[in-house]
Parts: sequence; structure tokens; C-alpha cells
Amino acid sequence: MTNATIEIEIDGKKLDVEPGSMVIEAADEAGIPIPRFCYHKKLSVAANCRMCLVEVEKVGKPLPACATPVTAGMKVFTQSEKARIAQRSVMEFLLINHPLDCPICDQGGECELQDLSMGYGQDITRFSEGKRSVANEDMGPLVATEMTRCIQCTRCVRFGEEISGVRELGTLGRGEHLWIGTYIKQSLTSEISANIIDLCPVGALTSKPFQFTARAWELTQHPSIAPHDCLGSNLFIHSRKQEVMRVVPRENEKINETWLSDRDRFSYLGIHSHKRLTKPLVKISGEWQEVEWDIALRTVVAKISGVLDLYEPSQLAALISPNSTIEEMYLLQKILRKLGSNNIDHRLHQSDFSDQDDQVLMPTLTGMTLEEMEEQETILIFGSHLNHEQPLAAVRVRKAIQQGAQVFSINAMDYDFAFDLAGKIIENPTSLPTTLASLIQEVANITAQSLPEFFTASFSGKNPSETIKRLAKRLVDTKRNSLLLGELAQNHPNASTIRTLSQLLSTLIPLKLAFLTFGANSAGAWMAGVLPHRQAAGQTISTPGLTIHDALEKKLKAYILFGIEPGKDLAFSSQALAAFSEAETLIAFTSFSDRVLMERAHVILPISVFAETSGTFINVAGTWQTFRGAVTPRGEIRPGWKVLRALANFFGFDEDFRYTSSEMIRDELQQLTPASPSSSHPQTLSLHANFSPAAGMVSRIIAWPLYQTDSLVRHAEALQATPLHESPRLHLNQKTADKFALSAGEMAQVNRKEIILPVHIDASIPDDCVYIPAGFEETAGLSVPFGEILLEKASA
Amino acid sequence: MVEKTQFVLSEAAKSKIDSWLAKYPPEQKRSAVIPALHIAQDENQGWLSDEAMEAVADYLGLPKMAVFEVATFYSMYNLKPIGKHQISVCTNVSCMLKGSDKIAEHFKNKLGISFNETTSDGNATLKEVECLAACAGAPACMIDKTYYENLTPEKIDELLRGLSST
Repeated sequence: MTNATIEIEIDGKKLDVEPGSMVIEAADEAGIPIPRFCYHKKLSVAANCRMCLVEVEKVGKPLPACATPVTAGMKVFTQSEKARIAQRSVMEFLLINHPLDCPICDQGGECELQDLSMGYGQDITRFSEGKRSVANEDMGPLVATEMTRCIQCTRCVRFGEEISGVRELGTLGRGEHLWIGTYIKQSLTSEISANIIDLCPVGALTSKPFQFTARAWELTQHPSIAPHDCLGSNLFIHSRKQEVMRVVPRENEKINETWLSDRDRFSYLGIHSHKRLTKPLVKISGEWQEVEWDIALRTVVAKISGVLDLYEPSQLAALISPNSTIEEMYLLQKILRKLGSNNIDHRLHQSDFSDQDDQVLMPTLTGMTLEEMEEQETILIFGSHLNHEQPLAAVRVRKAIQQGAQVFSINAMDYDFAFDLAGKIIENPTSLPTTLASLIQEVANITAQSLPEFFTASFSGKNPSETIKRLAKRLVDTKRNSLLLGELAQNHPNASTIRTLSQLLSTLIPLKLAFLTFGANSAGAWMAGVLPHRQAAGQTISTPGLTIHDALEKKLKAYILFGIEPGKDLAFSSQALAAFSEAETLIAFTSFSDRVLMERAHVILPISVFAETSGTFINVAGTWQTFRGAVTPRGEIRPGWKVLRALANFFGFDEDFRYTSSEMIRDELQQLTPASPSSSHPQTLSLHANFSPAAGMVSRIIAWPLYQTDSLVRHAEALQATPLHESPRLHLNQKTADKFALSAGEMAQVNRKEIILPVHIDASIPDDCVYIPAGFEETAGLSVPFGEILLEKASA
Repeated sequence: MVEKTQFVLSEAAKSKIDSWLAKYPPEQKRSAVIPALHIAQDENQGWLSDEAMEAVADYLGLPKMAVFEVATFYSMYNLKPIGKHQISVCTNVSCMLKGSDKIAEHFKNKLGISFNETTSDGNATLKEVECLAACAGAPACMIDKTYYENLTPEKIDELLRGLSST
């Protein structure tokens, strides 16, 4: 936008503005206040509240600033007599039907209507008739409603139509009887629905979990970073004394714009869970004893040293959640490596590690920014439920579509995206690599490029489907293309092949690879060195340690878990349960009481969660975002990095662990020169987990549902009560169900009674596949994340 | 609470909607929502059940909410079951000046119901509507799809006799 600007004047101030922009945008840019309710910079212009009326020279009537384009030489007066009269009159109309119940309204003290009525309202109402009232609706566990307060600005309606893509709210009826409602009393189902709380300028839509708990002026605001998805949305924590009261978005155009996903907004509820552990625990002759920190840490040292005295250091492994801070990650790997073990991993959901040496320094958007995502012309979503995995990345993709982009999806499940796809392929996860290969073949054919031998040797002959042909043509025709690789792509048993093929495709056409990783800090985990084959900053190791899979499969003598609930956070959960019950020592750094940990751990160290610790996350765009703790955790809970530093001291590693702040740890990591691993992708391809289900077997699809991704979310009760939360079931389509004589609601046993689940008929699943969610205790016993499993009707 | 009903758009209804769709660009299917709702309403004993609205939404590829908004906006759509006949009494300015209050009152007394109610025998539903565009013949009403103008209590009695016999 380097077009010549035009000059206008607002309140006597000369401004150079973009042609085509609206008066209100120019005024906002210049910091000239104009009152408004319906206007919002991220939404379309409705011009229905009329609050922003201003006087424009040579125009008889006052004009709405939000819907009046600037013209050269225009003179605008926002405070003139005419403007003030118009604004005051609008305010009088708005207040006619507003209940003025501010003392009992949650919005009181942070209400746009209340604030503006101070400036534009009258002291006394001239309206003596009855006020309109509107029947309330239950919109679910996140958003509280008091629709009589609604001033019908329609921001919430436009949000559904324009941003979330789910038209949950509408303007119903008309005239005097117009009201905002849901379609036949439905709960909200969008994963970003609660943004309407911030959008609502009055107290019609407020936060239900926060309801009646605090007033805005009692709260202290702390900037922080969301701890769930790889975007690292910016947010504010609002606390009162040492309690987190709520979370609201903090604007950052580069990341979350003005939005926040419901998961990021409400996961704070988990902080207050009664399942929090507040004292260090040591198991003494089978009984948990609350102990002081020094005793707990001494016990850890004694237990680990005991194992190391008897066995090789390689009998020790550590697993850490990718939602941990880089400071925690860096310290844990430093301790483990000091102890002589390289068995450390954060790739909790993955199963294919064969290309780990060839991977780049850290998985990112490979140079693309999140903002650029909405400028893409063609986007291929490969193995991702984008709306659930990174809700706000889905908002960017939707915007790209609105600007003419075509979005294709290749997935193992027919996800209900909140945008229209130009084409989709839904198939057995086993076929995904060959489908990607057929796309490469087709692109190479169109562009008359030859393919390397390692490709032609492994893949030949699969005829491209119509959709692949269309996608290939489109990818060749457009310049700004990106391939979004989601969790399913990264957790796939042939993930390395998918990565290699993706790399290969990106050499044929302009294509940005976006690795949309699980958790808030997967990129940080690669940087901090919580990997068996690389140290901090990507430095290689001559004798790599065991990957998470091997570390669990081999049943080592001692394990350290950091922020992990073994039954729910691991792809190889049943292997983990077996390994942990045989291990001599299991040390758990955890925030919550977990059944498996309580049963099998020997020492439990209660650590902080989100809002209770300082730290840093590296997001998917490679941005380091440091935040400070907002509240002091209760009881004996301590920030993870402090516990690790103290543990290092107890091990006697004083020299290298003299950190007095988390910033010192971050700075140490930041000062390391990052290795630049030769990202030359491997020149071989192997489909080492190539299976096609045998008779009587089906192919399992695994995924962590939106509100099962980590322990904090799982303890946020309001999120667990939304319609997006589903109890664990065996999802399969009718055809597959018929094949196994299963019907809806019946119990099915999976893999010889490893687990038993109710059957749910789900048309989004391809033939001969079943989707069994992870993140639940009920599904922890299943030993196969992706792959063949046996299915039978449960015997009565 | 409205009872749940089954509703499937008949082939005839679909072809009628198609003839409306043909008048608009293919990507502007929502333009046909008003006639489509009328067609669905005619097929569903004069009212739009949730299922009828959903059928229209599905057929036009619109969000349910978009259809629901239109259905609640216009008084010509009934969102609850109605009687065999629908009597729509205009109470807008012209009719009001010509005595629509008395006309409405007479209807109510004769039928023993208020606006938006249906007689116990299910024969007639009384509705208050905005301008019927029949100001020259005020006060006016519409029974089913026929206009009756210059109403008087006597005329109403006659009309109601006619209704009960059909």
C-alpha cells in the first residue's frame, strides 16, 4: 500500500491517510477518540449503533465515522456542537432499553456503554414507558448471557460469520423485537467462541467461569503467553492477590491479532483444581509421606545415584512435556547429561524418529510468518485438524480463503473445518505417504522435472486422483503455496517419509513447509536440547541416547517425568505403564495428582503451572517469548526451573548451575551458537511401517482431542463441560461397524481386551479405520498408536 | 416447546425452489431463501418447523442460522403450528385510523382467542400483522391468501361463518 495518501483534517488536525479508509480508522490512527459500539477494526462495518456520528464540513447531516470514507480535503469535527448533540441523542436512544443494572452486572467497571454514558449520557431519563426485556439463553459453560442488556451492535454475530466461520449467533426477529440468539438454543461449539465476551461492549455476553468473582478494578494485569498451542498467543493474566481470576487476549498482530482460543482463555481454571499437589511427596514403604523440599530432593538424589551405582547411566531416561518452558527443558537436559545419560525426549506423541539426524534446528514455519499465512494462494492441510490444533491459525487460513485462496485437505478423518475446502482426500492413514507421493509425481509431470532416484525407486505407479490432479495444477499455477503439516503428519508411523516427501515437493515448486507442532514449546524443546541426539542449540552428539519409544520399550531402571501424566500424555502409554511399574525409580515433577503417578512413582515434586512461573516459549514462527510469573503458587509448589536448579545443587553440580533467575538460564541458551544441521533431506525413503489391515483388523487413528491435550486443560472443568469435549469412544463408520457386527452404543473390545469402549458411528472415518482418542485413562491401555488393531464385540 | 416433526422437501417443492434458484447467480443461492421458506411452509401445514428450516438450509447450502434469521424476521412465516385458516389483521396506521382496534376486538371476541392463538377446534389462528398494502380498503385483513377490505363487524361474522363451514 504505497499509494499516495490524501490529506484530511479532523478537529483541526491535518492528517495524511490512506485513500479508501474510513474516518474512524484515520481518527484511531491519530489518537482522536470517537465513541463507538458496533465498529471493531477486525470486523466488517455495520454502522448500526450510530454512536460514532461526527460532523463533516459541507454535509448537512452528521455521518457515522465508521462508514464514511475519507475524501481529499475533508474536514471532520468530532466534538462540534452538532456532533455532540448527535452523539448524546444516540446515547439516549441506546439507554432507553438498557436495564441500567450496572451494580449487579459483571461488565460494570469495564463496560463501553457505562464508560461512554459518563461522557454522553444524561442524568435523567425522559423515557417513562416500559423497557424491553429479552429471554435469556444458555450458551454453554463458557459464555454467560443477559440478553436484556444487549444493544444489538451485532459484533458477536459478525464474529461468527467473518472470523470463526461458525454462525452460532444471529439477529432474530426485527425492529423493537430484534434479539440476538442462537439457533434453537444451542451451546456454542466454536473453539474460539469466547472471543464474543471481549467483543460485547456491554454486559450481555460475559465470562461464565469468571462470573461474580471479581470487579475489574480489583484485578492486576500481567502480560503472559498462552501455554497450549505452538502459536504462543499473547494474553493478559488478571489476578487478585495471589489468585488468577481470568485470562484475556493481549493484542499482537503478528500472532493472535485480538483473539484468543477458548483453550488458552479458560485453561487457567485448571490452576485451581483440587487435584493440585501442594507438597513434595516421598513414598516410604508403600505410603505417601508429605516431606520438606530438601528431604524430597535428597531422596531423588539418593534414588538416582542408587541406580547409577548399579547400572550404566543409560538406564536413566527423562521425558518432558512440550508445554514446559525452555528454562525447564534446558536445565533438565543439562542435569541428565551431567549424569551421563542422553535419554531425554519431548516427542511424546511421535513414533517415527528415523530421520531425526536430518531434521532442521527446530520445527517452524520455515520462514513464513503467521501473517503471511493469510496471504497464501494455495494451502494444503496435511494430517491436521487445524481448527482444533491451532484454532487461531485456522482463522488465518479462513482469511486467506476470503482473499481467494484455495485450501485442500489430505487427512485420515473428514474434519469439520470452519472454512470451505477446494478439495479433500480422506483415507486410511497408511495411504497418506503414497498419496503425497502421487502429488509429487503429478507436479513433476506438469512441470516436466525429473525426480530423484530414491523417489522413483520407492514410489511408482499410483495413479493420481482427480483431486490430486486439481491440487497439483493449482500448486504449479500459484506462487504463494504452503503445506501445513499437523499432528497426524508428525505422529504418523511414517512421519519421516512424509517429511522427506514434503521437502522434495518444496524443491519442485515454491512451497513453504509449516510444521504445526504439538504443545506450546516444541520448537523450544529442539532448541533447548531435550532430544536424545542433539544437545542445546542443536549441537550433535556422537553417541545419541534412546528415543522416547526405545526408552519405554527397553524398560529402563529409572525414569524422570516432567509435567507428564503417563496414561494420557504418551502415544506409547501402555508401554510406559509397563515400564514404570517395573522401574526401580520413577521421579515425577508434576502439578496434578494423577492415578498412575500416585501408584507407580517414588517421589513426587509439585511444580508450577502456567501463570505461576517465569519462562520462555519459542513459537512456531521461531519467536522467543519470555513471560514472568503472575502469581505465587500455593503451598510448597515451586516453579519448575527453581526445583531443577536446586536438584542440580543437591547432585553437587554447583559450578554450572548458579542461576538466580530464569532469565539467566535463557540468556545462557541464547548465547550458544545454534548449529545449522545440514537440512539436506535424506536421500532414501523407506516405508518402514507399511501395513494394510489384515482380515479382522482395522487401522487405528490416534489424536489428542482439543481439551485433552495437556494436564492443565484436562483439569479446566468449564472446558470439559463444552460440547467440544467428548467422552472416549470407538469411532468408526457404518460400513466398518457392519463388518464387525457392531452397533452404536454397544461395547467393543480392542486388541484382545486391551481396552473396552462404546461404539460410536462416525461418518468422518474412512473404511477399515477406527479413531480412538488419546488423553484419556480409558484408552491408555492400548499399545498401538497408529497401526493394526483387533476389533471384537465385547462379550457380555 | 414445539413438537418434533419429520420433514423432507418433496420433489415438487425442490423443483419449485430450483425455478427460483435459476433466477440468481449460482453462488448466490441465499437469494432464494424467502421463496424457499414459503414453499417449505406450504408443504408443512402452514408453518416452519425446525426440520423444515433445516431442510431449506441444507438444500440451499446455507448456515441454519442464516435461514432462521429470515424466518424470524418476516411475520409471513409461522414458527409454531397454526389452525386450518390463518386470519391476519392489519393494525398499521391506515387501518388503525379506520378502526382496526374494533375489528381486531371483534375477531378476538368471536373466536374467543387473542392474537397468536388458535381456536380450540384448530380451525383458525389469529395474527396481528403490519401493513397489508391495502390502505385504500382499510380496515383490512387477509384470510389465508385472500384479502378482505372495508371490514365491519357484520362482514366479519359472515366471513367467520364461511370459515367454519369449510
